[in-house]
This record gives sequence, structure tokens and C-alpha cells, in this order.
Amino acid sequence: MKKIISKKLLADQDIEQFIGLQLRFGVLFSSLIVLAGGVVYLLQSGSLALPQYQLFIGERAGLTTSREIWHSAIAFKPRAIIELGVVVLIATPILRIFFSLIGFILEKDRLYIGITLIVLSVMMISIFGGLKV
Amino acid sequence: MTILTFSLLLLAGAYLAGLVGSLTGLGGGVVIIPLLTLVFHVDIRYAIGAALLASIANSSGAASAYVKEGITNIRLGMFLEIATTVGAVVGALIAVYTPTNTIAILFGSILLFSAAMTLRKKNEEALLVGSTFANRLKLNNSYPTKEGEVSYHLRNVGAGFSIMTIAGIFSGLLGIGSGALKVLAMDSTMHIPFKVSTTTSNFMIGVTAAASAVVYLQRGYMDAGIAFPVVLGVLGGALTGSKLLPKMDVRVLKYIFCSAIAFVAVEMIFNGYNHKF
Repeated sequence: MKKIISKKLLADQDIEQFIGLQLRFGVLFSSLIVLAGGVVYLLQSGSLALPQYQLFIGERAGLTTSREIWHSAIAFKPRAIIELGVVVLIATPILRIFFSLIGFILEKDRLYIGITLIVLSVMMISIFGGLKV
Repeated sequence: MTILTFSLLLLAGAYLAGLVGSLTGLGGGVVIIPLLTLVFHVDIRYAIGAALLASIANSSGAASAYVKEGITNIRLGMFLEIATTVGAVVGALIAVYTPTNTIAILFGSILLFSAAMTLRKKNEEALLVGSTFANRLKLNNSYPTKEGEVSYHLRNVGAGFSIMTIAGIFSGLLGIGSGALKVLAMDSTMHIPFKVSTTTSNFMIGVTAAASAVVYLQRGYMDAGIAFPVVLGVLGGALTGSKLLPKMDVRVLKYIFCSAIAFVAVEMIFNGYNHKF
């Protein structure tokens, strides 16, 4: 009995350590992309006048789908590189849910596999549901 | 103003927002929105997009440290994330139909509430007997303190879950972490020791913000020119804050900051009431 408990605790702590690392690297990675994009953006258009941020343009400004962001980013467009970093930043906590799911599967915790799947599906509806309205 | 001056000024402002946000526990998002709207006259929708990113960066950065220390209750976080993510998506959806002035007034009110919550007495006592529901959901846990592991139990899970849904809606609608509402649900309602509730709340903010962030990203709320100084500045500020926090007494700072926040909140409400957004 004692052995089972300590084994379970170990798995719990391992996955927690891993999630901690994953969050840290996600934030680090995204901020490096954002930094790179920001530097290029300032070099290219730093001396231009500021866009009219008091007016909301929204979707017409472009860069609102992952495909569009990706294609413009590999074409080295600075604003798209920044948005790519933004996507990585948003993806970081979502990826964390996936890793938690793996952790609960390893622990064979059925209740929490179910709960994590519910959270994941809410996320997926939000991402792919076309909730632009 | 050129793009370069705007970026540098915003970077400095976001750094301060991240620093004070992490020292007081309010998070960077609540400072970013008034900074962008009242100081830089940016449309509140861009400000909400930027604040969401600030919340994710702040939460993920800080959570990585807390999770390692084993204070965060991951099961509790995951269970309550059902409520906050559903709420966040609903909040992001109703945001389109909500006039910006109403959003500004709501934001001001939440800001006042958050300031008051920061100053209240904290729950440090661990509950010894929890409800059967909390038992069945395996929400009871223990956390490390100076005196060794302390185990705690939960009650009022249903009520806490409901408050979390409201916290999620506000988070999606206003682009903030609504940490104050989350702590109210966990601390005051479910009787969780505040160290566990604040770290677990912080852990959840990233996922909650991400749920509405994907909706806002697709709607063009996240402008690259605003996002990059905000993300980098808030992250830098939060990093400095986490280094300074163990070394300083933040009580005085909290009072100063909360009075400043209350002042800003009243200005947001006033401007919203006069249709200036």
C-alpha cells in the first residue's frame, strides 16, 4: 500500500515539474519571437506616424487567422512575426491542458481525464467554432 | 507621435504595470487597460486584446514557479477551469454586443472591487472537514508551509463553481484575469488557505484568458504594434516583481496602489458614463 502511494505521488510531482517547465519555455519562446518581430518592426517603420489607434479597425487589418499569420511571418513581415509570438503565447496555457491530460491518463484518474477533456473541448470550440459572430 | 516613441513609452508603462501588478497580486492586465485608454487614447477594444495577452504572460510566467513548489492545487484548478473557460467564451461573445462605454463602466466597477479585495483580511486557516462533494471530486489536498505540510479541505463547491463562471464571463468581457473574483470564490466561499487560492487562481488565469483570447484574435482585437511593447514590458516587470517580492514589505505599496486604482476606476466610470469611449 505504502509503495503505491509513494509511486502515485512521484508521478504527480513529475507532471507538475514538467508543466512548470513547459509554461516557462512557452513564455520564453513567445517573448523571443515577439522581441524579434518588434525589433524588425521598429527598424522598418519606427519613424512613421502612429496608426490611428483611437479608431477600431478590427478584422479588416488582417492577420486574424493562423494561416495568414504563418504565411506573412515566413515572408518576414514584422507585424506577422509579432502575431506569431502572440499565437505561441496563447497556445502555451492550452498546451498545458494537454500535458495535464497526459498526467491524468498516466495516473489512470478517470474522473479527471473526463474533466480535462471537457475543458479541452471548450477550448476547441473557442478555437475552431468560428465564434466570430 | 512616431511609432518608435509610442512603443518605448508603452514599453516603460507596461513594465511598471507588470511590476506593480505582481507586487500587489492584482496582475498586469488591470493597469494596461486604463494606461492604453486614458493615457494613450487607444480604442478600448485594442486595450482589451493587449490586456488579455498581459494576463496570459503574467500567469504562465508566475505559475511555472508556484507549480514547482507544489502549492498550486492542479485538480481544483482543472475542475474550476470548466466554469471559467465556459464563462470566458460567453463573455467574449457578448462583448461584441456590448457598447464600449458600458464595458468601461463595468471595468471601473470591477477595478474598485479588486482594490477592496486586495486590502481585505486573508483566510489562512485550513479547513479540517470538507463536504462530501469536495471529497468525491478529490479537491482536498495539502500544501507546504514553514511548519511542514498542511492539509486542507473544501466546502461550498457548487457556490464556488458559480462564482467562477461569473469570474470567467468578466474575464472574457473585459480582458482581465479577474483574480479578485477567483480569490473570492476560493478563499471566502470554499475556505481554501489564501496561499493555495492565490496560486491556483493565478494558474487558472492563463487558461481562462486563452479561451477568450482566441476569439478576440480572430476578431482583430490584437494589434501587433500594441501587443509587442505590452507583452515584453509586462513580462519584464513581473520578473522584477517576483525577485523583489520576498525582500520587501508590500503593505504600504498596496494601500498606495489601491487608492490610485480606485481613482482610475472612478475616472473610467465617469468617462464611460459621459460616452467618451
